[in-house]
Amino acid sequence: MLLFLEQCLNGLQFGLLLFLLAAGLTLVFGIMDLVNLAHGSLYMIGAYFAATFVALTDSFVIGAVLALIATLVVGMAVEVVAMRRLYGRDHLDHVLGTFGLILFFNELVRIVWGPAGLTLRVPDWLNTSVRVLPGLDYPTYRIAIIVSALLVALFLYVLVMRTRIGMLIRAGASNREMVGALGININLLYTLVFGLGAALAALAGLMQAPIQTVQIGMGENILILAFVVIIIGGIGSIRGAFVAAIMVGLIDTVCRAFLPDVLRLVLSSRGASTVAPAMSSMLVYFLMAVVLVVRPAGLFPVANK
Amino acid sequence: MNGLFAPRDLVVAGLLTFLALVPVYVALTGNAFLMTLFTRIVILAMAATSLNLILGYGGMVSFGHAVYLGVGGYAVGILAYEGATSGFLQWPVAIGASALLALIVGALSLRTRGVYFIMITLAFAQLVYYFGVGLDRYGADDGLTVYRRSQFAGLINLSNRTVFYYLCLALLVGTIYLVWRLVNSRFGLVIQGARSNDRRMQAIGFPTFRYRLTCFVIAGAICGLAGALLANHTGFISPATMHWTRSGDLIVMVVLGGMASLFGPLIGAVTLLVLEELLPPLIRMLASPFMEQSMAARVAEYWQIILGPLFLLVVLYARGGINGMLESVRRG
Repeated sequence: MLLFLEQCLNGLQFGLLLFLLAAGLTLVFGIMDLVNLAHGSLYMIGAYFAATFVALTDSFVIGAVLALIATLVVGMAVEVVAMRRLYGRDHLDHVLGTFGLILFFNELVRIVWGPAGLTLRVPDWLNTSVRVLPGLDYPTYRIAIIVSALLVALFLYVLVMRTRIGMLIRAGASNREMVGALGININLLYTLVFGLGAALAALAGLMQAPIQTVQIGMGENILILAFVVIIIGGIGSIRGAFVAAIMVGLIDTVCRAFLPDVLRLVLSSRGASTVAPAMSSMLVYFLMAVVLVVRPAGLFPVANK
Repeated sequence: MNGLFAPRDLVVAGLLTFLALVPVYVALTGNAFLMTLFTRIVILAMAATSLNLILGYGGMVSFGHAVYLGVGGYAVGILAYEGATSGFLQWPVAIGASALLALIVGALSLRTRGVYFIMITLAFAQLVYYFGVGLDRYGADDGLTVYRRSQFAGLINLSNRTVFYYLCLALLVGTIYLVWRLVNSRFGLVIQGARSNDRRMQAIGFPTFRYRLTCFVIAGAICGLAGALLANHTGFISPATMHWTRSGDLIVMVVLGGMASLFGPLIGAVTLLVLEELLPPLIRMLASPFMEQSMAARVAEYWQIILGPLFLLVVLYARGGINGMLESVRRG
């Protein structure tokens, strides 16, 4: 039971991480109608920046903040140079153009940081564990991820629903021309939204970095999961992305932890340990296929889309 | 209106002549690498041509087409592993399995539209990809070596590189001919009508879902055959063949060459794969006057930094791909 609870916490943590990635993706998708495959590259770049700045400044927090700012700037630059020209185009054009950007960023990272991966250590003050329940110790770092992701989710909710900027973002999503006609600089707004999405991706990347290694192509598989999340949640819906991210995170993590034991009843133990991770990955895509067949616009469809 | 001398037709004719003469050149120079490269190009051009049928003519942006390459390849690999090396069994199974998968994926995906279609085909592709990763008996993540090429009871010997190349080329030309016949038939016109306005096609009485599904299955089956060829060519099949970036490569080939044009995918496949081979030495040549040899060699490794933005430029400034550019030359 305690083990199950621990895996649920792991699932929640992974789900919230996915949410950070998916939130930026769904904002860009919902507002600019842009399929951005290069979002995973921003996740990767955030992790690389964090590893570099933390090593330079010798402080996890300062390094993380610098990495966020740096990725925000990179994101806004990408928007101005490339993405801006893709708005209003066919989705196929987005897929192809941003696919090219993935190659570009992978190669750029290889030039700047070299082909070997980097490591980012958990700072000592987070490298402890907390007694969550009697008999259940949980790593402080993972709790920190959960708490900060929840805070970011709250911040996003307040930003989008309760501030003037958020009002403009929502207005821009439903009618771009009208917002422009009312004297709002829509180009600047889009650049800001894209930069915000990039920073969220970087946050996900730098928080995941100590758990996995920082390497080229690290964003490619998790990007597809983030797309699954926003499709299940309904494109453009941050609430949908939140619910779907936690669903996907829980399914992926809990199945990965317990399927081997279940499969061992019918398979050899070596077979079970190969099949189980593959099966839990398949389950997520299966869920998405079912959702799309039953509710083609996702669980929380956004009106007028 | 001297269509015979239009630049596009000249390029296509030149390309086909060149492809037909590759084994001759190889026999004269003994450059076996060129043979391997062009066999691969011809096979992938076949896969891209099948994708063009649904993506270009049908407007169905499938982001999981590489899966059929994998299914066709695994059909050959698994049957060979289990001792059934006859091509008369392997190839029909490869085509049949791909067609069946395309039927299932198509039946579920074609209910959705636009970006949801892109994403659901991607999801099914990931599903099959992870299924491949979980195939414990057949090498799982590491893949499966195919030790013997498909046997055709002495009729045709695939182990002979030249024979195999010409077989692939013949199948490619056959595929292009099939696509040409299809898109100019009543069936093809319905497909293209549904691309531009599905609702109107339904209103005038065509059950477009069935037409589109049939088209999707044909494309999958052709790509499955290409997969069987690919497994024979490389002697190896692994889940990496089905990774979503491979599907992306196929889309790149189609769009680079020119969507909804008969020879576009062939031009795109040749351009992309030859560029991949030529860019590193080219960069090295251009860079070497400005730096030391070792440095120039290092710079040449980073050729993808040129290839990536090139895709973006094609999207932004060359909507019809290379085929479109060649056609606009004729119009002046």
